[in-house]
Amino acid sequence: MASPRKTTPFFKYAEWLFLAPSLLLIVLLALPVFSLLWRAGMDGMFHFVTEPRALSALRLSLLTSSISTLTAVITGTPLAFVLARGKFKNKTLLELAIDLPVVLPPSVAGIALLIAFGRQGLFGEWFGMLGITIPFTTTAVILAQTFVSAPLFVRSARIGFAEVDPQILEAAYVEGSNNWQVFRHIMIPLSGRAILSGSILTWTRAIGEFGATILFAGNLEGVTQTMPLAIYLGLERSLGIAIALSSLLVIVSILLLLLTRRLESHKEETRDY
Amino acid sequence: MNRPRFCIIKPVKKISLPFIFLALLFGACQSASQPRTLTVYAAASLTDAFTEIGAAFEAADPNVTVAFNFGGSQNLRTQIEQGAPADIFASANLKEMDALIAQSLIADGVSQIFLTNQLAVTLPQNNPGNIVSLEDLGKPGIKLVLAAEEVPAGKYARQVLENLNEQFGADFSGRVLANLVSNEDNIRQALAKVQLGEADASIVYVSDAMTAPELKAIEIPAGFNVTAEYPIASLANSTNAETAQAFIDFVLSPEGQTILERWGFTPVNP
Repeated sequence: MASPRKTTPFFKYAEWLFLAPSLLLIVLLALPVFSLLWRAGMDGMFHFVTEPRALSALRLSLLTSSISTLTAVITGTPLAFVLARGKFKNKTLLELAIDLPVVLPPSVAGIALLIAFGRQGLFGEWFGMLGITIPFTTTAVILAQTFVSAPLFVRSARIGFAEVDPQILEAAYVEGSNNWQVFRHIMIPLSGRAILSGSILTWTRAIGEFGATILFAGNLEGVTQTMPLAIYLGLERSLGIAIALSSLLVIVSILLLLLTRRLESHKEETRDY
Repeated sequence: MNRPRFCIIKPVKKISLPFIFLALLFGACQSASQPRTLTVYAAASLTDAFTEIGAAFEAADPNVTVAFNFGGSQNLRTQIEQGAPADIFASANLKEMDALIAQSLIADGVSQIFLTNQLAVTLPQNNPGNIVSLEDLGKPGIKLVLAAEEVPAGKYARQVLENLNEQFGADFSGRVLANLVSNEDNIRQALAKVQLGEADASIVYVSDAMTAPELKAIEIPAGFNVTAEYPIASLANSTNAETAQAFIDFVLSPEGQTILERWGFTPVNP
């Protein structure tokens, strides 16, 4: 009854069951970005990118995202090491708290930051006593970016650290290395790629930050108006500016993603040995 | 081992696929015959008043559902230009409306002024900037939040400051704008920053100040104030032309105008 010939139609169906939805999704994912670049190229809109407002937004975006990525690396690397190697109570709870900002809607992140660090906020009042107000400053932009992007770095670095062969570590400890030496001479070199690709992911996320920034830091040219904000408000001025700036961000993001992929494929090759 | 499973799954798959398609088609056809929805794009400052008007309009005709998209008028205009499926546009200024008329996007190219609005200075209850007069807006160190210049309310606010130059000196508006810490995307965002206590002051519509009675307000004398005229129109692409006209008539009716007045607007048909 169930000869191979009878099962063929099923596989024909099955093929399409996989192909059709896949094509649909590919079209959905690729078409908007393609259209954006195509329109920008056709209309010769890239000259908008040299507008003073666009340049100041670009400069601010590069500055703030670099600082927030640096902050994430400096504070996130030790944290990732602790999470990868340490065994302590409530570790799951801590991991949850660290991962949460990534999945939060940006508007929620913005309001949470305001409630914490705003002038009337839980901790903002303390800062106020020291004469520091955070909202509407470049610091607020960096805080918002770090809040939403640093968890990506911690996750990536933690996985990198966890993948280091425990036998190497044991050998090192047997040879009398302490935690710092293990971290410095084994962990960092062996998970360098994970750290680097994590940093790039963090950077792309920081550059793209919008919702939390506009809520928490406001929008002022040269102070808090990053690229995504300039794009959003540029739309009101002219669609051309918005399209040109968007295309610029798309290109930057593609380059960064390519870099990450290169790093990741290298990692896989080395693992094959 | 696997054979019996294939035998069971195969027929089900064969039948179910076309069946699902039919069900989807049928479902889509059915939803088209549902009672109609009127989509209204309205300036952010109209949020409370229009929500109430919408509810009153729905109560009068149970077959109609009114769906709102509130935002900065300039944003709404862009959305309509990009083909957003709206039936009605209510703008906080003539500029955005005229732009749509010029592109033949407004039905018959006609809009109607349905209310006017004026501006006021609003401050948090505890007044952290210690502002007691309009002139204090120019004190250094004040954190002023305005709607962006592209937003109608932001443009009016800057006009008011220019007008005040007459009284407080030619550099007054410049000094005030030096205190600007954020250009908000719509006037309700600016109001929210004052409500949160993050901004020391903002210049908003009188009607916005009315929605936040917990805030302090400083009146702007009529001689320096700006009168914003709000036009309303149905869109050329509307698929509910009759219902749209009925809604506009309702807004202009004594009942609609009373609701607007209650929210701090100045009615045109008192």
